[in-house]
Amino acid sequence: MVSGKGGTGKTTVAAALALTLAHQGRRTLLMEVEDRQGIAQLFDTAPLPYEERKIAVAPGGGEVWALALNAQEALLDYLDTFYNLRRAGSVLRRMGAIDFATTIAPGLRDVLLTGKACEVVRRIDKRAPNAYSAIVLDAPPTGRISRFLNVNSEVSGLAKVGPIRNHADLVMGVISSPRTAVHLVTLLEEMPVQETIDGVSDLRSANLPVGGIFVNMTRPPMLTSEQLREARSGTLPALAIERSLAEAGLTFDNQVVTALMHDAIDHAVRVDLEARETTRITELGLPTFMLPLISEGIDLGGLYQLANLLRECGVR
Amino acid sequence: MKLNAPNLDVDALIRDRSITIIVCTGAGGVGKTTTAAALALRAAEQGRDVCVLTIDPAKRLAQAMGLSVLDNTPRLVAGVCGPAGTGSLHAMMLDMKRTFDEVVEGNADPERAQAILDNPFYQALSSSFAGTQEYMAMEKLGQLRATASAEGSWDLIVVDTPPSRSALDFLDAPERLGSFLDGRFIRILTAPARGAGRGIGKLAAFSFGVFTNVLNKILGSQVLGDVGSFVAAIDTTFGGFRERADATYKLLQDSGTSFIVIAAPERDALREAAFFVERLKTDAMPLAGLVLNRVQGGGEIDLSAEQATASAERLEKMGEDERLTAALLRLHANRQSIHSRQLHLAERFTAAHPGVAATIVPALAQDVHDLAGLREIGDLLAKKPDPPTRSR
Repeated sequence: MVSGKGGTGKTTVAAALALTLAHQGRRTLLMEVEDRQGIAQLFDTAPLPYEERKIAVAPGGGEVWALALNAQEALLDYLDTFYNLRRAGSVLRRMGAIDFATTIAPGLRDVLLTGKACEVVRRIDKRAPNAYSAIVLDAPPTGRISRFLNVNSEVSGLAKVGPIRNHADLVMGVISSPRTAVHLVTLLEEMPVQETIDGVSDLRSANLPVGGIFVNMTRPPMLTSEQLREARSGTLPALAIERSLAEAGLTFDNQVVTALMHDAIDHAVRVDLEARETTRITELGLPTFMLPLISEGIDLGGLYQLANLLRECGVR
Repeated sequence: MKLNAPNLDVDALIRDRSITIIVCTGAGGVGKTTTAAALALRAAEQGRDVCVLTIDPAKRLAQAMGLSVLDNTPRLVAGVCGPAGTGSLHAMMLDMKRTFDEVVEGNADPERAQAILDNPFYQALSSSFAGTQEYMAMEKLGQLRATASAEGSWDLIVVDTPPSRSALDFLDAPERLGSFLDGRFIRILTAPARGAGRGIGKLAAFSFGVFTNVLNKILGSQVLGDVGSFVAAIDTTFGGFRERADATYKLLQDSGTSFIVIAAPERDALREAAFFVERLKTDAMPLAGLVLNRVQGGGEIDLSAEQATASAERLEKMGEDERLTAALLRLHANRQSIHSRQLHLAERFTAAHPGVAATIVPALAQDVHDLAGLREIGDLLAKKPDPPTRSR
């Protein structure tokens, strides 16, 4: 499960993770649950249907498949599996019944979505031919993740007994087992880090398994610690810089020197802030993975780049 | 920094007394709440009486505005006033359950209201229904607006929108909730004898019967019963939900309302912004413009990334003494290339939506913690674009 504050790139990290885990001929499934078609946009393909589709080939022959989950389709799926009701589905849909049932309670919605994920997981136990070696779920953002995964308590208010109750118990069994991990994606900025810290404590108090922290879009310091110190204390040697610029054949005015020194001060402030945020993340005591900013923007090439880095960090 | 788009003149907008509602919208994580708060503060300090409705502010931002309790009531923010003692700022955080409860209490006699509040389905609906937050944000906006016209307590309301998965949810959710509660299925469900006998075909009636049985089975039989009694209760107390949603929707189309779409300079956020801009146009809702938020600084001097990199390479070959300047040039090249890429992304947006005014807010190194920080954002929002870079 991959969660994170909005704008931190959790879909990107989920996709890179699915690619990483698909190495050496393995098959992984990348799922999304929020009707955003984020996977299709990231892999630059047509919108995904409610159907497992091969979406990319991993280095070494592995395959990444994708599935865009949708609560209404999942309900029809569920009705079909347990009640043989698929044929009545289109009529029910026209009457607004499917819409009704999936909106009647978000708990039902969530249990249908996580339930589908668990069905795919359990194919492994059944040694089914369509099983995957890993399933990566691009989950709702940190603010909603505990509620989304804690289907048990969500459904408990709704159904005390009956099939959906049993279904929820089964789902909860998979989600809270060691085979599940909830990873959180963050940036080295105050708000996303705070949300990550809060998210970890929410997950822990709901007894949900916390995985690792993926620090996305990191930018390494571009100045040495000595240079940063000079920038901070305002003692960068303006005259020497001016002389060097002339040396490099740049025609310039004072504005250039001032701007370069100003950039350096800004950079020092950011490096300090990032160091503070890194400490706060480290204090969580969780496995942490640093992913660089891909300055060209994320396309398929960028995803492979991130996947390779994750492999080098020991993700497998 | 300059975009190939007309300038969004934020000061003209907040000074325009005919504008009484400003809605800040955009994808999650782009800085909607901060922008809304900064705009509200700036408007107050220019003499407007402002109320800002925030949905889910970060703790420190809430503290910056003196919001320590979530009590669903606008509170006066201390230390804010405009020229010659005019202007004031009220701020509040939306409590969606409380707002819903107030709607019920305000529209039903105490006994009936209690029955609704105690209904388990109502409780689920009011605290976690996907869309309730959006619906209640609109409801609250309607209430604030009514208070404003009745008591003259404020003349500008700035609204932050809920952190939905899509910015469009803010516009669609009330309608969805409304049509859900007024929908055909729920009508049939709450009057099964009538519905099943008339209006729907035999196959539909059959499917319906099977389906309600299944729903009863999977959800437990009390759920549909709760839904039925809830709908019956609200029906007799305050008309159609859809009508309420429609009324607020109309308010958003009013010429006194203005939308500001906020985007970060990233593909996804800009795509959301584009959807939203197109939607506002379709629905004849007045758009003020785009705030391109958290843009990497750059372009202040006439030294391109390529030029800086080439010079850095030359200096690096010259040895130890030139290291510092080489590093500064590399830093500049990096900043510059991120800046150009971000502007390039934004320009794809402006090319597709040429009439949309825009303003750029550069990324700050730190988050906002106090009113001074909000003022700084306000200044940046209102800053006129730089004149074209002087050529050498």
